[in-house]
Amino acid sequence: MAKKINNQTYRFDHPPSILSTGTVAGPMEGEGPCGHDFDIVYHDLTLNENSFEAAERSMMLAACNLALGKIGLNAQNLDLFMAGDLLNQIVTSSFTAKSIGVPYLGIYNACSSSAEGLLLSSFLMDTGAFDKIALAVASHFASSERQYRYPTEYGLKRKPFQQRTVTGSGCAIIGKEGPGPKITMGTIGIVQDFGQIDPLNMGAAMAPAAALTIAAHFEDTGSSPEDYDLIVTGDLRQFGHSLCKDLLEKEGFSMPDSFNDCGMLVYDIHTQNVNSGGSGCGCSAIVTFSQLYKKLKDKEINRLFLVATGALHSPTTVQQGENIPCIAHGVVIENIEETPIKGGTPPCK
Amino acid sequence: MKDNAKNNYKSLKTNMEEYKNKVTSKEPKTDLFLDMLKAFLFGGLICLIGQFLTDVYSSILHISAAEAGSPASATLIFISTLLTGFGVFDKIAKHAGAGLSVPVTGFANSMSSAALEFRREGFVLGVGSKMFSLAGSVITFGVVTAFLVGILFSVFVS
Repeated sequence: MAKKINNQTYRFDHPPSILSTGTVAGPMEGEGPCGHDFDIVYHDLTLNENSFEAAERSMMLAACNLALGKIGLNAQNLDLFMAGDLLNQIVTSSFTAKSIGVPYLGIYNACSSSAEGLLLSSFLMDTGAFDKIALAVASHFASSERQYRYPTEYGLKRKPFQQRTVTGSGCAIIGKEGPGPKITMGTIGIVQDFGQIDPLNMGAAMAPAAALTIAAHFEDTGSSPEDYDLIVTGDLRQFGHSLCKDLLEKEGFSMPDSFNDCGMLVYDIHTQNVNSGGSGCGCSAIVTFSQLYKKLKDKEINRLFLVATGALHSPTTVQQGENIPCIAHGVVIENIEETPIKGGTPPCK
Repeated sequence: MKDNAKNNYKSLKTNMEEYKNKVTSKEPKTDLFLDMLKAFLFGGLICLIGQFLTDVYSSILHISAAEAGSPASATLIFISTLLTGFGVFDKIAKHAGAGLSVPVTGFANSMSSAALEFRREGFVLGVGSKMFSLAGSVITFGVVTAFLVGILFSVFVS
């Protein structure tokens, strides 16, 4: 069974493997720095469906089929399908679950659903009752825009700290045993409220939640930033990420230069006209399950700490003047067999 | 270590005001002067087009300048709606800002973009009702203001 380490962190006795991943992305993401790592890049936001919501579902199903296909499985081999997205009543997840046709658990923690899903499936795996779980998350620029903000064709000036919701979906097949990087630890976040009210500046709202989860992880495990090859946050973007770094420094953790953010990795912020960077459930998922997963498999990095962040507001609470509560969940994904035992040379780069 | 951690978090928690100030002061700002200049130029350009249309309608239709105002506005509304449909309006608005949203062009865009967006939800519950989701408040407060001004006018002037 998983063991609790101090306050918020859990170590898995039987770390599950990420056997395979599937990622699909929209046109803007395809043009970004991770573009060549995605399995499918769509050139049209509608995917030839008659609504953006249907396009989002279609992306999630495609990501699942890709992840399953890569290891020669089909949906019937799954014990559980776990999914999350940003639309009201997580319709993308539930409608996709209808197509997948296996037992389903829907999850919601806004943009941190990817890490939440990895955490929950690892806990379930640790019980020994499950053999294979598919975890999928998705977000879509246009469906989020119309639900959370304005019609897509509405003309207004964008603020420099504003985000662009990532169009894309990522699916990971998590197995009790088998090859692939393993999920060894998880840190469950606590909801934080730092008085932020601007839904266009979610990076600033989520930065304290990310900083506190990272600090809690280090303090719980007694580790330090140097113990990880790479630490990435979910979708803080430029401004939020710099705030998070400042907060951590104040707490006494100096973060290395490699400390990055999926919202900054998914787009080329300087040339793609995306303001501060990417956001959304899909953001951390498509970056982690494509580029970072490949790096782990190629042993380019061996220990990854993913801290996915989520802003837990709704348009209604914002209009009613409530603060934006935020959360961040952390998961450690690592190549454990290859970890050098005493005196061993570190795995090749 | 555990207690320390908790204390640290407490200190972070109590620094909420400090954090809020930090966010406000460090927030990346837009170039206000450049934005105002662009808004002024785009707004001015639209006024110029409006004036040109008024003059043209007035001379072609042989009507007064005041009467020619309505077809001139209608033309601007038509152009804005068309540009919204072609997906061009929001790209121009990114630069023009208030220069494009304050004149009648902005009003036309707010209605047509909402109508387009919610077309999939049907003509009645989608286009019909959601069309006013952004422009509704302009109409409401426009009518209320006109009513109040009308009362003041009738009391003090006539």
